Amino acid sequence: MIVPLIVFFACAALAVAGAIMLILAREPIHSALSLILVMVALAILYLLLGAEFIGAVQIIVYAGAVMVLFVFVIMLLNAGLEERTDFSKFAKYAGVPVGFFLLIEVARWMFGSSAGSAIASGAGAITGAVSTRDLSSDLFRQYLFNFEATSLLILIAILGALVLARKNQ
Amino acid sequence: MSVPISYYLVLSGVLFGLGVVAFIFKRNVITVFMSIELMLNAVNLAFVAFARARQQLDGLVFVFFVIVVAAAEAAVGLAIVIMMAQNGQPLNVERVHSLGEGNLTVPESSPGTEPREALKS
Repeated sequence: MIVPLIVFFACAALAVAGAIMLILAREPIHSALSLILVMVALAILYLLLGAEFIGAVQIIVYAGAVMVLFVFVIMLLNAGLEERTDFSKFAKYAGVPVGFFLLIEVARWMFGSSAGSAIASGAGAITGAVSTRDLSSDLFRQYLFNFEATSLLILIAILGALVLARKNQ
Repeated sequence: MSVPISYYLVLSGVLFGLGVVAFIFKRNVITVFMSIELMLNAVNLAFVAFARARQQLDGLVFVFFVIVVAAAEAAVGLAIVIMMAQNGQPLNVERVHSLGEGNLTVPESSPGTEPREALKS
């Protein structure tokens, strides 16, 4: 089947284009909208990987809640045009080559070494989608403590946001 | 299922790199936060791809926790941004000097009037 490959490349191109637009956009609201594009493309890729639950959570929590929060704050603060940074010399002459070097090394490892090529060829036959039932039974048995801990974390985050954003008396 | 896992990993690496570039080059506090979210998304993609390759669910559970932590982080971070704006701080990360209430960077043009006073009334 050639269809998954086409879907993959379309979504990958969308995601990379969104990420580049995030960097190039001068207005924060444009950056936010292109980040939403990246997240939707990634959600489709999760569906392609057979992780429907994660794909749905990605849309609901990331593209729905988190990005709405971002857009809301941008509107609230009326954040205008962004000033360009003058590319620091260190970032230009050291950062770009090091970044390319890291990318090439990662690609070389993945396509060159035995462990990498085993992963690259998808060792272990891929058998259908992971069901949400398996995921939830894992989440509520093996990872129950962590799950409850995240609820505490969210409670603390809510309290922190309230304390920080309230008006000082 | 003909898409090799390595394609996903390369895409994840590219997105993470773009997130790092955005983190370094963007100057608005809000867009810096957005580039952090982009990096977290790239890592999530790698997690899901590995979970798929190894046929284990732990990667997906980890992605779930990453999403929860990212949501909490965005809430607190944006609250900090709002607090900075209320204190009259600029949103440019190069000109932010203090998270606290003291050491306000009062603009030269209006000496004596604290920017926060305008928001309070």
